[in-house]
Amino acid sequence: MITSVDVSGFLMRTRGRGRLHWSDWFVYAYLAIGVLVVALPILWMFMSSIKSPGALVENDPRLLPYEQLTTPSPDGQRRLGVFVWTKPDGAKADVAFVGPRGVNARVFDLAKPAEIFEVPRMSLARKDAVKPRWENYTDPTIGSAQSRTFNFLRYFWNSTFVTVVATLLTLVVNAMAAFALSKYKFRGRDAMVIVIVSTLLIPPTVILVPLFITVSSLGMLNTLWGVIIPAIATPTGVFLLRQYMLTIPDELLEAARMDAASEWKIFWRIMLPLTMPALSVLAILSVIWRWNDFMWPLIVLTQSEVFTLQLGLSTFKGELNDNMHYLLAMTVLTLLPVTLVFAFLQKHITTGIANTGLK
Amino acid sequence: MSSVAGSSTRSRALSVGHAAGWAWGKLGDMLDGPFRALQRHIGAHRMAYVFLLPNILVFGLFSFWPMLLNFYIAFTGGQSVILSDRPFVGLDNFRELLNCPSYLDPKTCPVAGFSFWTGVWNTLFFAVVQVPVMIVTALITALILNREIRARGFWRAIYFYPVMLSPVVIAVTWDWVLKRRGILNALLENVVDGWNAFAGTTLFPFFLFTVLAIALSQLLARFSRPLAIGAALAIAPLVAWLVPHEVWSLPTYRPVNWLIDARSGWPTFWVIFVYTWGHLGFYMLILLAGLQAIPKDLYEAAEMDGTSRSRQFWRITLPLLAPTMIVVLVLSLIRAFQVFDEVYVLTGGGPGQATKMIVQHIYESAFIGDAKRYGIAAASSVLVAGVLLILTLAQLAATRKRAGG
Repeated sequence: MITSVDVSGFLMRTRGRGRLHWSDWFVYAYLAIGVLVVALPILWMFMSSIKSPGALVENDPRLLPYEQLTTPSPDGQRRLGVFVWTKPDGAKADVAFVGPRGVNARVFDLAKPAEIFEVPRMSLARKDAVKPRWENYTDPTIGSAQSRTFNFLRYFWNSTFVTVVATLLTLVVNAMAAFALSKYKFRGRDAMVIVIVSTLLIPPTVILVPLFITVSSLGMLNTLWGVIIPAIATPTGVFLLRQYMLTIPDELLEAARMDAASEWKIFWRIMLPLTMPALSVLAILSVIWRWNDFMWPLIVLTQSEVFTLQLGLSTFKGELNDNMHYLLAMTVLTLLPVTLVFAFLQKHITTGIANTGLK
Repeated sequence: MSSVAGSSTRSRALSVGHAAGWAWGKLGDMLDGPFRALQRHIGAHRMAYVFLLPNILVFGLFSFWPMLLNFYIAFTGGQSVILSDRPFVGLDNFRELLNCPSYLDPKTCPVAGFSFWTGVWNTLFFAVVQVPVMIVTALITALILNREIRARGFWRAIYFYPVMLSPVVIAVTWDWVLKRRGILNALLENVVDGWNAFAGTTLFPFFLFTVLAIALSQLLARFSRPLAIGAALAIAPLVAWLVPHEVWSLPTYRPVNWLIDARSGWPTFWVIFVYTWGHLGFYMLILLAGLQAIPKDLYEAAEMDGTSRSRQFWRITLPLLAPTMIVVLVLSLIRAFQVFDEVYVLTGGGPGQATKMIVQHIYESAFIGDAKRYGIAAASSVLVAGVLLILTLAQLAATRKRAGG
């Protein structure tokens, strides 16, 4: 995408004549630091997620997933760590560590396993190799006894279900309302628009308790519907779609009415396709909102079989730290869908958010 | 209409997207029957109400009704979720929250008041510190990304990316970075060790000499060039070779429990940092949109007049960006008062109560522990809603101003 000419132009660009202005230096420094601060934690997260539990416990700060090589002990009972032994004359040999004896270590040469001898422990250095552990990803997903506390597939399914169903319902319900509010003239229409848009004023945090009581009295606690339904009528969506539908000429609808199309058919077959650009912005926003939602699911869902991915992750984090390798891998899997959405639809997302001023 | 659509879909049916579109269309056609019957019954123009109905139902049930209900629950006690089982207690909840010998020192308050005022003060502190930090950083970022730099889209995407991440993912990631055996400590340890090792090498004086010489010559070049070069060549080697290298080495780094020690103030710092990290891109984007709305010819004219860059910033950019800045200010304030997710997952409100926010107080009094004090939570919500309402009205005024101007 970026040609070499572009890159050299980028590097040579100056504000002053001939020399880089201080503000250019500042810009490059800022960009570099910013990318480090943003990307490094994520990158580190990903690289750590394929490390062995051992490397995570001893906090190996290297970026790559190093792991100590091992070799079976002579009796075949256990695996011994491999070290590089620097001999007094400077030569090096790979040895297996059998056990400590004072300041010395009992080792054997990998070439001659029968012969156990002692060397000063100071002359040994761990022999590491890059070995990504993809099991961190496959164990909690495909299954393993160790990771039963974190039922990834179930949480993933719950999250996907909530995201997909809530987004589809959001689109249909909001588009219907926007259609009514933009293409029909009826008494109280303008009041309705004001009322709906003014719901934007209600901060979600201050209606937590009554919303919980309402949802509970409708019997939707611990069901995914309790997460989906209250979220589908977003004023942002109505506002966004209505603004767009107002630009669609009424003559189109009149022509369809002449052809005896029903109002529903006009909505579904004419209005929805024409509103596609606005609908796709709302769809993207809705997917992001619902996939990342935390507080409301935290309140409605208390049983782990209906947990969404975010809830599962947060409770998993609160538990023992023994399963750090799984936690990191699952965190990466959780951020993957929105990252992919972002990678492919970056332009739509940024313009959508800049236009609506809402996340 | 539908026949045209039908013939064209057949030829493109291979594509998944079109297959989905076709199914979507068919779904609508299936619903057409009932709706057509309804339309025949009530008339075409009344269909508007039918289209509005689902939205109004959901809105009414899950936004308006709860809002009214909140006021009622705030005056009731007990632990039941069934409204008829909740005894009316009048102002008791508010009394408990507000009855406090010293609001500035929440420890003197009763249990609910303690939690409430701790949350209030922490949230206020958070908002007062975080909002200016966020706005300044977002503005600097937007200004830089608005410049004619290469790969601008890429940089923008990088800075915006954290906005896409969920609060939980953000919190887990930074928890992983900040814990005692986390990478920040490892990184700082490595940097200190590496620097100290470097300070002990014979190469170090040469490095020091070069850096000092360049710095000195740059500093003094303003006054006189020969003096600058002379001073650089005379002083730099003296400092580089005569000062013992121990002076330049750093004390051994001790890993810090970034999120644990309340007295250090670090937990609050990192909570603010992580929140800013996660939301910066959003405000940057809004400011960027504001910057791009400023006409370019203003700058060209200023350039012609020889106006300095800084003067252009203060006299053109900032005044014309002011409406956007106000929107960003109010929006970030409202959001800051509602902060919960990131902090809750990152620190759980701890250590102690050091990072407990007002929303966490509401959440915990209603949903955590054996005593489900919905009344106290609702009363707290009412008090918080008052503040948020004022902020929101301010935002509306600001938005209208922007739309008008």
